Amino acid sequence: MSEIKIKVALIGNPNSGKSTLFNSLTGLNQKVANFPGVTVEKHVGNFTYSDAMLGVNYNIELTDLPGTYSIYPKTLDEQIPFRVLIDKKDESHPDKVIVIADATNLKRSLFLCSQIIDLKIPVVLVLNMMDMVREQAINIDIQKLQNALGVFVIPCVARKGEGIDDIRNAVVSNHNMLQNDFIDSRSFAPLVTDSIKYILNIDNNYTAFQIANNFEKVDLSFISNEKKKEIGKIIYQGHFTSSSMQAAETLERYKVISLLMKSCITHKNDRQQKSFTSRLDNILTHKVWGYAIFLTILFLIFQAIFTFAQVPMDIIDGAFASLSDAVKNALPAGEINDLIVNGVLAGLGGIVIFVPQIAMLFLFIAILEDTGYMARVSFIMDKLMRKFGLNGRSVIPLISGVACAVPAILATRTIQSWKERLITIFVTPLMSCSARLPVYTLLISIIIPRDYAFGFLSMQAMVMMAMYLIGFFAAIGSALLMKWFVKARERDFFIMELPVYRSPRWKNILQTIIEKVKIFLFDAGKVIIAISVVLWFLASHGTGDSFKSTDKKLHINETNGLLTEQEVNELEAQRLEASYAGKMGKLLEPAIAPLGFDWKIGIALITSFAAREVFVGTMSTIYSVGKDNEDTATIRDKMLTEKTEVGTPRYSLATGWSLMLFYAFAMQCMSTLAVVKRETNSWKWPLLQFAYMSGLAYLSSFIVFNLLK
Amino acid sequence: MKSKKLSEVAVGHSCVIDSYTDDEIKLKLMEMGCLPGEVIRIERLAPLGDPIAIEVAGYTLTVRKSEAQTVLINTID
Repeated sequence: MSEIKIKVALIGNPNSGKSTLFNSLTGLNQKVANFPGVTVEKHVGNFTYSDAMLGVNYNIELTDLPGTYSIYPKTLDEQIPFRVLIDKKDESHPDKVIVIADATNLKRSLFLCSQIIDLKIPVVLVLNMMDMVREQAINIDIQKLQNALGVFVIPCVARKGEGIDDIRNAVVSNHNMLQNDFIDSRSFAPLVTDSIKYILNIDNNYTAFQIANNFEKVDLSFISNEKKKEIGKIIYQGHFTSSSMQAAETLERYKVISLLMKSCITHKNDRQQKSFTSRLDNILTHKVWGYAIFLTILFLIFQAIFTFAQVPMDIIDGAFASLSDAVKNALPAGEINDLIVNGVLAGLGGIVIFVPQIAMLFLFIAILEDTGYMARVSFIMDKLMRKFGLNGRSVIPLISGVACAVPAILATRTIQSWKERLITIFVTPLMSCSARLPVYTLLISIIIPRDYAFGFLSMQAMVMMAMYLIGFFAAIGSALLMKWFVKARERDFFIMELPVYRSPRWKNILQTIIEKVKIFLFDAGKVIIAISVVLWFLASHGTGDSFKSTDKKLHINETNGLLTEQEVNELEAQRLEASYAGKMGKLLEPAIAPLGFDWKIGIALITSFAAREVFVGTMSTIYSVGKDNEDTATIRDKMLTEKTEVGTPRYSLATGWSLMLFYAFAMQCMSTLAVVKRETNSWKWPLLQFAYMSGLAYLSSFIVFNLLK
Repeated sequence: MKSKKLSEVAVGHSCVIDSYTDDEIKLKLMEMGCLPGEVIRIERLAPLGDPIAIEVAGYTLTVRKSEAQTVLINTID
């Protein structure tokens, strides 16, 4: 059997069922990456098709292009379909294009389809949602449409798998379809079109016309700078204005489409689907009910990532603990053992632990997206969020940030505007995440008495609530600030479709969850393991006699076990003090002394970078109560009795508040940084975020310490 | 028939698109099927009064008030 490779692109309007079709065609056989240079997800999948009669095996590589209404590149994301379709040298440039159309709204889909027909890339037009068409008693004359367009027209119901084989068949078909010009694209500017064809040595009118419109906006590999200048000159001389040309083209296409619709489609009665959606919208976008329902959903999501995810997280935690023990005992004691157990495995455990929260959050988000509810969230929240430079869709990431910033930042992909998405990514880590909770709990128990205001309001609970509010206001305030500094890459519109409500497609949802978990594990995971190993090295290595002798004593004890628990704890404290991390803590002391921190806190600040809750463990080690001591009361008592050089309590009200504010604002989370790097495609934003949050933390701790001192 | 802005049409009322005063919004809306001559019905306002949901060419779109100000329409009585 001979093998033939075909590159196919899948394109369609948003909400046309594109991802469902993509999943049906490729199954689990797909990869997700970013398109070069931008953070737009690129899904590539493969499927095969065997033609036994011809003895040919087709291997089809299918690229899913971002949903769009036309190939005109207005936003950065929309440059992708344009580049892929126009630039024959682009790695994803297809041999064939599958255009998926919502058959219940054919007019708008045919617009996009007609543009691709005119680019003369062979088109297979898929009419999706044919079941709705039948339900709504719309009659589409497929044969007539196929003849008029000169391309394959395949009816299908993607969510039920109907017509999928016909699509595969059409994609590999050698049958020569005519694919007539849909409109005469030369007619708008004959001279300019001809000249561009001549300069670039291309033969397609519409390609030349598209280049005339967009050559300044999008760089194409086959247009050199000299040729660009030449084209610029021709456009200037030909008085070619892109906006009026585009408008003329659009009008012309819709004129032809209207005629086509009249001859191929007959409506019997009008949309029941629509009225169901409209009635549901009466409730879901209602002044009172709309917000009440949204709040309830938010609470449910919050509950899920905060508490339901706890069960699998505890299991993962336990599993890694036993795995660590097993590895520790199986391998000979020494450096390698320590590296694997406390560096690599600890890092790995720290990554896998996030999986339940990510899966849980995306289960909800995917359902909200898939049913069409997410568009309503944007609709009812837009005015409010816009004031802060955010988007209606920023609400879910922000609220999820209270559980954990990592899944929350992954969730910002639903925000289309780059500026609003970036601001959301930037401020989400300021929301008090669950890793801060143990830190707050410990510190509050030290500095806030167990008193009740008015006899029933717990002071400790009120301070805890205040910490959450501080995080929230810091996030909102920073968003306001960012609004002035971040330049928008493109003009921001709120022109968006409110799709009809549909029941969720569980396969798509499962696919989304798997994808997000994979992205986190493999992309962000690398960075997290690397930092984890560095932190391990800093805390377990050192120079000088003091480090070496304590380290040696501890190693001997590992084999003979002669020391008492208290002795081990004290030695571990000494070793940490003498390690590189300890040295760094001491080095840091002059810088953090104005905040009321000593070198011991300095060490905790460094190790907290693995995850904020490590603060408690580090404190336990430093105060020699044993690093595995789960009982906060012991460490609390130790910290309470700790004195400064002048004999006052080390953990005074001033230092306590200062430390809490520091933990509220500082970017002490390598996982978050790794995810921000992944989602913004550069180190610029995570580094800026790190600098901004550390600066904010330092400043506010400094102020509060000096006010309360 | 009197020329007004889309942002001035009350909920539940319909109108006909006449022209646009902003090129970018014009192109964006036109390729989504909002052509001059097409009928628009104001379906609802967001609870805070902005954005607006409009029904056009058989589906529902959202636009902000500021964007709707650039769409000139003729009222239908």
